[in-house]
Amino acid sequence: MLAISLVQAFLVLFGAPLLVGWMRQLRSRLEGRVGAGMLQPWRDLVKLLRKAPQQPEGTGPAFRIAPLLGVACGGVAAAAIPLLSTRTGLGAGADLIAVVALLTLATAALALAGLDTGTAFGGMGASREMTITALAEPAVLTAVFALATRVGSTNLPAIVAATLNHGARLASPATLLAAVALGVVVLAETGRLPVDNPATHLELTMMHEAMVLEYSGPDLALIELGAAMRLTVLLGLWSALFAPWGIATGTSVAALAIALAALVAKTALLGALIAVGEVFMAKLRLFRVPELLAGSFLLAVLAVTASFFLA
Amino acid sequence: MNLVGTGLTVAAAAAGAATLCALLVPVRVRALVSGVLSALIGVAGVVAGGAALSGETFARPLPNLLPLAGISIGVDALSGVFLAIAGAVTTVASVYGIGYAAGTGRGRTAQALWPLFAFSLLLVPAAASVSTLLVTWELMAIGSLVLVLCGDPTDGRVREAGVWYAVMTHLGLVVILTGLVWLSAAAHAQTFAGLRAASGGLSPAVRGGVFVLLLVGFGSKAGMAPLHAWLPRAHPEAPSPVSALMSAAMVNLGIYGLVRFGLDLLHGGSRWWWIATLVLGALSAVYGIVQAAVANDLKRLLAYSTVENLGLILVGVGACGVFADSGQPALAALALVAALLHTATHAAFKSLLFLGAGSVVHATGIRDLDELGGLRTRMPVTAGLFTLGALGAAALPGGAGFPSEWLLLQSLIHGLAVPGIVVVVVLPVAVGAIALSAGLAVATFVKALGTGFLAKPRSPAAAQAHEAPASMRAGMWLAAAACAGLAVLPGAAGPALARAAAAGLRGSGTPVSGGVLHQLTALGSTLSPLLLVAVVAAALLLLRAVLMLASGPGRRRAVVPLWDCGAPPLTARMGYTATSFAEPLQRVFDDVLAPESDLDVTPHAESAYLVERVAFSRAVPDRIEHRLYEPVLHSMRRAGQAARVLADGSVHRYLGYGFGGVLVILLILVAAQ
Amino acid sequence: MGTAVLSLLGKIASIGRVAEPAPTPPEPAPADLARRAKALRGSAQVRCVDAGSCNGCEIEIGQAFGPVYDVERYGARIVASPRHADVLLVTGPVTRNMAEPLRRTYQAAAEPRVVIAVGDCAVDCGQFAGGYGVEGAVADVVPVDLAVPGCPPTPDQIVAALRRVTGR
Repeated sequence: MLAISLVQAFLVLFGAPLLVGWMRQLRSRLEGRVGAGMLQPWRDLVKLLRKAPQQPEGTGPAFRIAPLLGVACGGVAAAAIPLLSTRTGLGAGADLIAVVALLTLATAALALAGLDTGTAFGGMGASREMTITALAEPAVLTAVFALATRVGSTNLPAIVAATLNHGARLASPATLLAAVALGVVVLAETGRLPVDNPATHLELTMMHEAMVLEYSGPDLALIELGAAMRLTVLLGLWSALFAPWGIATGTSVAALAIALAALVAKTALLGALIAVGEVFMAKLRLFRVPELLAGSFLLAVLAVTASFFLA
Repeated sequence: MNLVGTGLTVAAAAAGAATLCALLVPVRVRALVSGVLSALIGVAGVVAGGAALSGETFARPLPNLLPLAGISIGVDALSGVFLAIAGAVTTVASVYGIGYAAGTGRGRTAQALWPLFAFSLLLVPAAASVSTLLVTWELMAIGSLVLVLCGDPTDGRVREAGVWYAVMTHLGLVVILTGLVWLSAAAHAQTFAGLRAASGGLSPAVRGGVFVLLLVGFGSKAGMAPLHAWLPRAHPEAPSPVSALMSAAMVNLGIYGLVRFGLDLLHGGSRWWWIATLVLGALSAVYGIVQAAVANDLKRLLAYSTVENLGLILVGVGACGVFADSGQPALAALALVAALLHTATHAAFKSLLFLGAGSVVHATGIRDLDELGGLRTRMPVTAGLFTLGALGAAALPGGAGFPSEWLLLQSLIHGLAVPGIVVVVVLPVAVGAIALSAGLAVATFVKALGTGFLAKPRSPAAAQAHEAPASMRAGMWLAAAACAGLAVLPGAAGPALARAAAAGLRGSGTPVSGGVLHQLTALGSTLSPLLLVAVVAAALLLLRAVLMLASGPGRRRAVVPLWDCGAPPLTARMGYTATSFAEPLQRVFDDVLAPESDLDVTPHAESAYLVERVAFSRAVPDRIEHRLYEPVLHSMRRAGQAARVLADGSVHRYLGYGFGGVLVILLILVAAQ
Repeated sequence: MGTAVLSLLGKIASIGRVAEPAPTPPEPAPADLARRAKALRGSAQVRCVDAGSCNGCEIEIGQAFGPVYDVERYGARIVASPRHADVLLVTGPVTRNMAEPLRRTYQAAAEPRVVIAVGDCAVDCGQFAGGYGVEGAVADVVPVDLAVPGCPPTPDQIVAALRRVTGR
């Protein structure tokens, strides 16, 4: 139903900064600080929206469109993934490969915006980000392959419904391997440790940040919102594929309410795990990240072979 | 005579007229007249192809046109796909060529051969006998060779590219000739209908041997690694309309040959044939895109991207063969439809990209991405259309390549239903290879678009670029329209491609009924690119409106200087070049690429500790060429020099050779009795 | 690695909260600063610019953002680029080489923007007044909204200045 898709999109739109706030707050508490509170990212966004819009000279449509595309792709992905219910409005069009491709489109647009500025940092961020994206693709699509062959389809509601019906599958080696492989990919695609440090100020350690150094005001607000939505969408996707308990299969209000509570709980838990993990991890050297992604690809290939032999 | 025949006849007439006009008409109107007539060839080809795809067939033997064997024309739905693609690319490139030729004033030779080359691209799919195929294949090869050399006959690189292309294409022809002659001799038939009927009686060894020869020959034309070395040499050196026609229409004929002979005429063959095709296709895809990712020359990048896409098409064809052999008709049809759709979408975006590259070369005279940059402000139309093509090549939503790669992945995903250990091992690795090539393609085309068109100009020539003239823009707009159409409405081509797949699988005994489309949709996943693009576009507009409302009415964007860390000036030298963009990827794939670097340090005359000059250069050669071809060429050269002993000029020795040769033949004839 | 994680977890659990309790809120800011602070509404992204300081003020600013004083709880956060920033924390007397970069940094920040001069050197050149390499105080190069005197000022004073901007 279209209404459910819209609800999911708005939920992710308004809940993504809250998730980022939750993760930052948890890290603060672990570091012995008080922290700014879960609503701080929203305060930051509102303030940025009210600042004066600027256009650096020499930049063009690529620079202007990247922030919009980041939020738009995140919103469409949120509408397509069965976060609350398998009966989303995009129904037949909610394809797993299409969702992954949409998120890649947003990354490519941001890389082009970084190159559009013509500064050294923009190019550096774009180059590194595209290398990571390119090397994460095999792991993603092979893990999709592993999930889709059991179900016979890459349609997201179909995969989620199949997992809900055959709960024992979640404990099979194929699913566990695919879960780990996709977990590493989620870290890489959202720019979290150990692949990228989202809070760094040192340009030589930046990947995602370096592409957006030139943005300010409302554009920057959309960039940050887009990054937060991407994190939420990817965590929601991971939990829909590997921990789908709570997702409604119908459209009754009670089932949707349970699904909402489950979604909030699962996303908060995954975000907490990432935040706590980041306390113990350091960023990997840039040229070690391909090894990490190659390991993730290997796990995905093992998942596929396991799904055949241990079917 | 039905529409197909009419189309082919009109194309023939237009080709003749165009060639005559190119030779006779005065220079002032030569480009326009021959361009318009060549576009007519293309339109006729599209009409013929379209008619064939809608179910009409055409067969016409012309026994008197060629001594001994005669010409035999036959068109079915499978030929129709390739006719339509070749026709469309011809139209687009001919319109573009009007403006391209006018400036540089390409001579009569190129203008005269272009229509003949285009017509030969229509004749090869229409061939219905072995002799016709071989004659038209050679016509195509010679036409393209001369057109490549017309790029700039005095330039050493162009001549070297021409030599490589000539040798490899003719070696390919020899291999195809051997295979087809062997097949005809074993089957005692020459026409395709006869071969199809007789193939069942041939032994698997004969069929296997013929297939291997045809795989090598047709695969080389299709740019299959390791026989691809001519592609990245010939395509960049040719003039851009010729590159477009070669990359988007000619290489497809290698695929046509494999499908026609392997799946149709040889009745599908054994599984190992198609697994070999699949593996070689996956190898080409990965190798091609890795080389494209580190290429600086814009046209060489596009040529390697052609190698990659043809590799993906070969994966689809290989998968089709495996499924047909395992008795899965729906999956086989799906895989073949995916391969044919990718052929069509590749033709659309590759022609657009090559024409865009041609506009860049026309405007700046530079092909090196390291020296381009900042072309967006001076060439907005070209930049915008190149973006559309790059979107297609990167297989992102909104691009032409997205639906076809999606369909290809779908056919492989369902392939695990096929039993067999080899399939279980090969298919996931094939999916991984496709995924790697898809990811690297995104990085490659972000590089091409970003360093070529965005940022600031890095050389005076790039700073003085001008927009392409009207006819070149018109050609690019036509290609862009095709890209956009295929991107959002690929389903419109569905029934036509299903018919083509049915024609392709006809000989293999796989029952592909009219209900195949129904089976395709029942396979559980669907994609609606139109919906996806529409929803994203709607979201973009909504966000833009919200943003404008939130920042208050009348609040215009202030133009501010770039943030240069406080220390001006920010020059174009500080921006990332294509080499620096690709450097992380080059490091990751260092073992595959093996770049060669050269460091030359000149110290001062007075002291060895003071450096006067440092010169550094790095090049990424084609490693397969380096490791595979050079030893072969080297050993052949040595063998040739060793054999000079046999030809020392003594007449007595030559008479002795003649006498010995006749003796041997007589002995063979006696033994064969 | 497992023992390192466990020992770190144990340390976190045993040490607990390090941040000192929030002191009394400072007096409200002067009029036009208050107008801009209202626009910033509880969130201030900070860019530190060292215009020629001895690093003493930098250490105190570092402590202000550290766990003990924790100015992040009032909404301030350090960012990587002046384009992302609303508040410029300028330290040190402005040397000749840093005058132009400081001006450019100020122009790179989008409106509304606030400049805080931290330390005696930033306010009136401190003990480097009249030096041959010194261009002048920060107020001679860019308009200053808040001054935090001291050599160096304590983290409490820096926190109080930032709280006047964020209003929390």
